[in-house]
Amino acid sequence: MDLSYGAAAEAFRAEVRAFLSLHWPPPSDMRGADLKAFIRTFRALATGEGYLYRAIPKIYGGSEQPVDVIKAQVIREEFARARAPMEVGGNGMNMTVPTLIEKGTEEQKELFIQKTVEGDYIWGQGYSEPGSGSDLASVRTKGELSADGTKWIINGQKIWTSQGMQSTHMFMLVRTEPHAPKHDGITYLLIDLDQPGVTRRPIRQMTGEKGDHTFCEFFFDNAETPVSWQVGERGQGWTVSRTTLKHERASIGGADGLGKQFAKLVDLAKEVGRIDDPIVRDKLAQIEGSVLSHRYSSFRIFSCAAAGEDAGPVTLMMKLLLTEIGHEMALLAQELIGEHGFLEPAGAGGRGNRGRRGPEKWLDQIMGSLGNSIAGGASNIQRNIIGERGLGLPRDLAMGGER
Amino acid sequence: MHFHLTEEQQAIQGAVRGTLADIWPIERIHAFADGDEDFDRASWDALMALGLGGMLTPGSGMGLLDAALVCEVAGEAAAAGPLIGQLLAVAAVAASGKGDAEALVSGTQVATLVHGGSDYAPSARAADLFLIVDREKGVRLVPAAEATIEPVKAADRTRPMSKVAIPDNAGETLFSAADPMTARLADAALVLVAADALGGAQKVTDMSVGYAREREQFGQPIGRFQALKHQLAHMALDVEPARALVWYAAYAWDAQLPDAPRAAAMAKAHLCDVYVRTTRAAVAAHGGIGYTWEYGLGYWFRRAMADRAWLGSPAEHRARAATLAGW
Repeated sequence: MDLSYGAAAEAFRAEVRAFLSLHWPPPSDMRGADLKAFIRTFRALATGEGYLYRAIPKIYGGSEQPVDVIKAQVIREEFARARAPMEVGGNGMNMTVPTLIEKGTEEQKELFIQKTVEGDYIWGQGYSEPGSGSDLASVRTKGELSADGTKWIINGQKIWTSQGMQSTHMFMLVRTEPHAPKHDGITYLLIDLDQPGVTRRPIRQMTGEKGDHTFCEFFFDNAETPVSWQVGERGQGWTVSRTTLKHERASIGGADGLGKQFAKLVDLAKEVGRIDDPIVRDKLAQIEGSVLSHRYSSFRIFSCAAAGEDAGPVTLMMKLLLTEIGHEMALLAQELIGEHGFLEPAGAGGRGNRGRRGPEKWLDQIMGSLGNSIAGGASNIQRNIIGERGLGLPRDLAMGGER
Repeated sequence: MHFHLTEEQQAIQGAVRGTLADIWPIERIHAFADGDEDFDRASWDALMALGLGGMLTPGSGMGLLDAALVCEVAGEAAAAGPLIGQLLAVAAVAASGKGDAEALVSGTQVATLVHGGSDYAPSARAADLFLIVDREKGVRLVPAAEATIEPVKAADRTRPMSKVAIPDNAGETLFSAADPMTARLADAALVLVAADALGGAQKVTDMSVGYAREREQFGQPIGRFQALKHQLAHMALDVEPARALVWYAAYAWDAQLPDAPRAAAMAKAHLCDVYVRTTRAAVAAHGGIGYTWEYGLGYWFRRAMADRAWLGSPAEHRARAATLAGW
């Protein structure tokens, strides 16, 4: 085993560094629209070098690079080191674009990919509904064809949409064939959110978080979208929604984030004067055993991806492992903050500059760890996936018809 | 960047696994467990015939990672014999230039490990040599004649321990306490026990999954019920990611990375906890059959308890890891 990336990767790293030293950062007094324009130009230059939007065809504004997880990792590391912006994030890049590249029509690709890549279009995810969480294929938001057959008319409700207040568009699962078996009655639609039939509202969370940056719920009252904005066949939306970005997905970024959070937990133990307590030391080392298991497993998955091999069931476990470690850290943090737990941290769960905060700031992590058990596939669903796909156990009878 | 097993490493594991499946099936374990011996010559010779003895000699082209992969399979099979002691004795003898490396590599001489400060050693009655690895006092190689051995009824029936008393000045000093090899051998021992624990934990998880797919209650395989499915998923979640912890500790030792001592302590502590948790969960997952002697799960359960206690408990190694981190 060898954790170095090799001479070719180091030569490539030097190239990336040279590029970054020429083009980043912006002048320190640059603000507002100028800064925005600077970042836009920077991204275009970086894309020209093949550093960003590597999975996206050149005709849609990408750099269309062959798959190379090591190069992709070097780029992430160097951009992070220089604090340079990478691709615009969010659901658009993670979900809409890969889906369109694989399943979209030429018209859809031309209309949406470049605009999304450049950050002009922001996409909300229209999957969950108040009555459809883990059982996503039970969605009830209804789509009906207009009398002239050119438009879908949409009625219903979607919930838990990230970036919902900023979203310009939504990709959504809509029931169009009410009499078909549930997985066969869903169509995948794209919709412009700027229209009278769409109402949105932020959801206030248990963290106290509210405002424009939080999750939203959406209400559709005869909202419309052209039939040409339907992705894939009518009734095939479930299959379309399973499209995921496989290109250079393996990274050790998640492990780095967890490692940093663990280091902060150690700092907290020092800050509150408990680091010499044998119980605290034991608990920290116990948690670190799992943190390192996660870290080295991400090396393993990354290494397999670089070699074009399948890492096996461990890939199915990473989300649940991360969630479980988050719970362990939350419980220890709660012990460590003691009476700081009486306090609501400034700007709880919020974003932006909140000034200096005391140990009570861990309330964000403590509550956030609960959110992680729900978002992106609830923990009990993860356990099903590990059990069924990883261990080959038979499917639950109630879910016998599931896919 | 390479952090997964090569085809060759998988082939070595396959060969050891196949050999042990032939020579150390559950019937043999049962017979051994109820017998009076603390060593099984036939299975030992079969393992040594694979050339495993010399894995930790310089120039073998292999390292602690390869040795750990073999110990993992031995743990999976609940193999008898002082494999870990033998591998380390070869490493110690080869590095010090003292002692008869050849007889140890071939397995004709049997060496067992005595952890510094411990009164117990596995396969002590069969051993020709005792390798004492003591962080405080250094590494010594002691002929059996200089040791006093008192057989005990051992809880782990697959690697029966005896009580061993060895005078401080017995045998030959291979490394002083200050010699870096002493700490390295102590660290290597931790990694190899962690590997044994990994193999055992994987084995009982596989047994539980296999049973849950076959056993029917309420007219269906019990593995279909979410309550059990989730327990099994958690066993796998405990074991599979921890595999990389063992790999890293072995790799760090081979590459002599600065965090190798700490990685060894973390691996020993974590995997031995995992092994105990997993064997407990395995008995629960099986129900009544798992509680019988005949089924055999108990051998791994007992071995998990022995691995946990051997070379120091998880709490002891976590305390060391905390200090090594500068906390």
